[in-house]
Amino acid sequence: MTPDTLLTLAVATLLLPLCGFVLMIFFGKRLPRQGDWLSTSVIAVSLGMAVVILAAKIGSYGGETLTLNFTWVDLHNVPLIGPLPIVLGVAVDNLTAVMLVVVTLISTLVHLFSIGYMHGDIRYSRYFAYLGFFSFSMLMIVLANNLFLLYVGWELVGISSYLLIGHWYEKKSASNAAIKAFLVNRVGDFGFFLGIAMLFMTFHTFGLREIFEGIGAGRLPFESNWWLTAAGVLLFCGAVGKSAQFPLHVWLPDAMEGPTPVSALIHAATMVAAGVYLVARIFPLMTADALLVVAYIGAITAFISATIAITQNDIKKVLAYSTISQLGYMIMGLGVGAYSAGFFHLVTHAMFKAGLFLGSGSIIHAMHNALHHENDHATDAQDLRNMGGLRKAMPVTFWTFVVYTLAICGVPLTSGFLSKDEILAGTLAFGGMSGHVIIPVIGFLVAGLTAFYMFRVVILAFLGDHKDAARFSHLRESPMVMTIPLVVLAILSVFVFYSFNPFDASDSWIVRAVGRPDSVVPPSMAAPSTEAFEEAAHGLHGTAMLLSLSVAGIGVLFAFVTYYWRKINADAVASALGPAYRFLLNKWYFDEIYQAVIVNGTLALSRILRWFDGNIVDGLVNGTGWVTRGISSVSGMFDTYVVDGIVNLTGYLSGVGGLALRKFQTGRVQSYVIFAVLSVMVFYFVFRLI
Amino acid sequence: MQLYDAVFFVFAFITLVSAFIVVFSRNIMYAAFALLFTFFGVAGLYVLLQADFLAVTQVLIYVGGILVLLLFGVMLTNNIVSVDIKTGVIQTIPALALVAIVAGSLAGIFYSTWRGTVAPPGTVAGTTTALGGLLMTAYMVPFEIVSVILLVALIGAAKMARRHRKA
Amino acid sequence: MGSLGTVWSDFLGWLPHVQLAHFLIVSAIMFSFGLYGVATRRNAILVLMGIELILNAANINLIAFARYGGVNLDGQVAAMFVIALAAAEAAVALAIVLNIYHRFQTVNIDEVSSLKE
Repeated sequence: MTPDTLLTLAVATLLLPLCGFVLMIFFGKRLPRQGDWLSTSVIAVSLGMAVVILAAKIGSYGGETLTLNFTWVDLHNVPLIGPLPIVLGVAVDNLTAVMLVVVTLISTLVHLFSIGYMHGDIRYSRYFAYLGFFSFSMLMIVLANNLFLLYVGWELVGISSYLLIGHWYEKKSASNAAIKAFLVNRVGDFGFFLGIAMLFMTFHTFGLREIFEGIGAGRLPFESNWWLTAAGVLLFCGAVGKSAQFPLHVWLPDAMEGPTPVSALIHAATMVAAGVYLVARIFPLMTADALLVVAYIGAITAFISATIAITQNDIKKVLAYSTISQLGYMIMGLGVGAYSAGFFHLVTHAMFKAGLFLGSGSIIHAMHNALHHENDHATDAQDLRNMGGLRKAMPVTFWTFVVYTLAICGVPLTSGFLSKDEILAGTLAFGGMSGHVIIPVIGFLVAGLTAFYMFRVVILAFLGDHKDAARFSHLRESPMVMTIPLVVLAILSVFVFYSFNPFDASDSWIVRAVGRPDSVVPPSMAAPSTEAFEEAAHGLHGTAMLLSLSVAGIGVLFAFVTYYWRKINADAVASALGPAYRFLLNKWYFDEIYQAVIVNGTLALSRILRWFDGNIVDGLVNGTGWVTRGISSVSGMFDTYVVDGIVNLTGYLSGVGGLALRKFQTGRVQSYVIFAVLSVMVFYFVFRLI
Repeated sequence: MQLYDAVFFVFAFITLVSAFIVVFSRNIMYAAFALLFTFFGVAGLYVLLQADFLAVTQVLIYVGGILVLLLFGVMLTNNIVSVDIKTGVIQTIPALALVAIVAGSLAGIFYSTWRGTVAPPGTVAGTTTALGGLLMTAYMVPFEIVSVILLVALIGAAKMARRHRKA
Repeated sequence: MGSLGTVWSDFLGWLPHVQLAHFLIVSAIMFSFGLYGVATRRNAILVLMGIELILNAANINLIAFARYGGVNLDGQVAAMFVIALAAAEAAVALAIVLNIYHRFQTVNIDEVSSLKE
């Protein structure tokens, strides 16, 4: 397959979901079954093409990057800069090829799942249209070879997320959550945009390869190393927003208001992974300081969300915080330099997290139906405390859910074990090389917490007995349309597809395909080179594995002790640690702090500005109007008295003159005699003087 | 001053004073009789100017004809109860001003222009014959025309002044 | 003022010796009187008297120039014609005045008007 064919396929993969979106938006409602088959088949075709691309790329073009550029607009000669064509394009390298498959695969499975889950929904066709639009946007992010198209795709996924979170917009909490997601993302996007602008100002191009070449040649933003770090951190801001890192993580839990398949696709597997993808893309220009910031943010995020997850009672909220925590893991992995590990974890996490969400969707779907049967509209179908014993009613859901949980806890023989291990080894290496030991400590601590709260979910939902027997009798396994994706994802959570060695993925195809790119940063600012890092990590692999297994084991044990064997009373612990428990339950009060400081601050500022506008600006405008009225009344007076006065005066003078001259017409001949003689005398004197 | 000059001043005085009375008197009869004296004074001036025929003609026509006519007119057009027939005047002041201007200008012109004109020497013989000759020769046409005018005036005046019968 | 005095003494020296100018000045004054009478008098007859005065003044002028100027007897002929015409005019004028009196019962020129005031 020639490069051109491959690139054409890539573009086709990108544009097919867009066509699907357009068709569904305009004609969706009129198609049979409202067109769900159309959306699903379109994304399935894209999946097929993505697989072909991946195979061809890794098979034939191993280490190359295939690029297709086009000049979007040519600004010709710009003063002080010279010729400035804006060149955009797509590029396929291994990172992109793998992401293509991940995105289209998860999207296809979610489409399939939604056919069952969203059955009878009031905006069925529009939902599928938006799913297609999201797929297109995400693929644009993945395919872009320049920051401009990447930013466009970035914003478009933001819009898709907004539209899909607010799918049931009649519910106030849903529409609020959609707005919150968009606004919080905007904060991150602002930093992202500043970074892009800074790089464009320096290099006059958006293309990543050109920027890397420029930095490698020694040109730095504003001629300073510090600004290079700043550029890196600013670009990372976008990832902080999109991947729900601290401090912009607050939108993700609220985004659970959207339909569960949406949560699976967007807020577990793909969109939130876009941030991780971005960091991977801009990795070559990150200085050591920037990477340190990245690592710490990732670690802090992982820690905070893991602590919150252990207290939550809504199954989707637990999964949401788990997602934030795992994203923190990926970011942390990239930050410490474990590039391939971080990316690998993105791929494996996409599979099992999507599976976890779809599984929870299956549970919620069954709970809803059961509650509906009993006309119970008050009980929360998503609350863990209302579940129990579901393994008997929904076996497929149960077993696949167990597989996902094992993967996320990092149990051997799963894909998650491989990726998590790589990251933890990387953090150990980083801690050893740089002295920032808190990072690996957090890494292992979070692993333990993850195991604890995930098994808590499994125990509370599936094991034990259901409280309400009547309700339990109505619980059914979900239809095939929903269980098949679960099975597929469960299969993909096993180690086999990624590495033939279940305990070490260093030699796997994916790690070798997506290797860490060389940094173009000047050596004084760069992180330890790839070789040095690989060496350190390799040696610590065994240590990491042992530590992670023991920590995970402790976590699982604790979960069973507390929730299954009931040796420790969770409620007693909660009330004993009252303030701490409430702190965690209320999500570290982040929302409250943001509300008080930022939201209220902005509202106060807007009130001040409104006062200014209403009193001063409007005052000026009113003043101008008042002055104009004054001037016009003066003008009017002038017109009335002076102008009209002159006119009246003229008339008056004419009248007076007429009255005066009338006196000459006496009607008496003798007067005329006098006038005549007088005239003669006047003539005489005039001519005499002349 | 010779006799000639003294006589001139006498007749001039008579003429002007009478003219003054004619114009300024409120009584019509006084005015009419003053006019009589004016005509006589003028006749005297004519004599001084060696126009003997005209002096006599002046008296005959003016006094005998015109003045009598005027008196007839006065009598016929007033309700005469007594001799005092009063009349009024109008716009005296403007007229006075005008008259002053006119008199002043004319007198000034005459004085300044002909101050030094002296009479040719010698006296002229009676003018009657000469005038008659001129009338019949040089001024024949005007003579005839004036005759026609007099005829027309006679007929016209007679016609106009007739008592109208109510027809 | 000095010049005025010399003018006055000149005038007084000139005055006794009668010349053309004397007659002319007399005629000018009589003319003025006649004009005043025409302009001022209410009674129509008195207006006619004023007209006669004017005519007489003109006559004096003519005859004075006949004697002193180079006009000789032509002036006197003119004066004769003037007298004749004055007579004709007086006759016609009186006839008109009588008609007016007959019509309006008054000879006050102001009151002789059919136009509304």
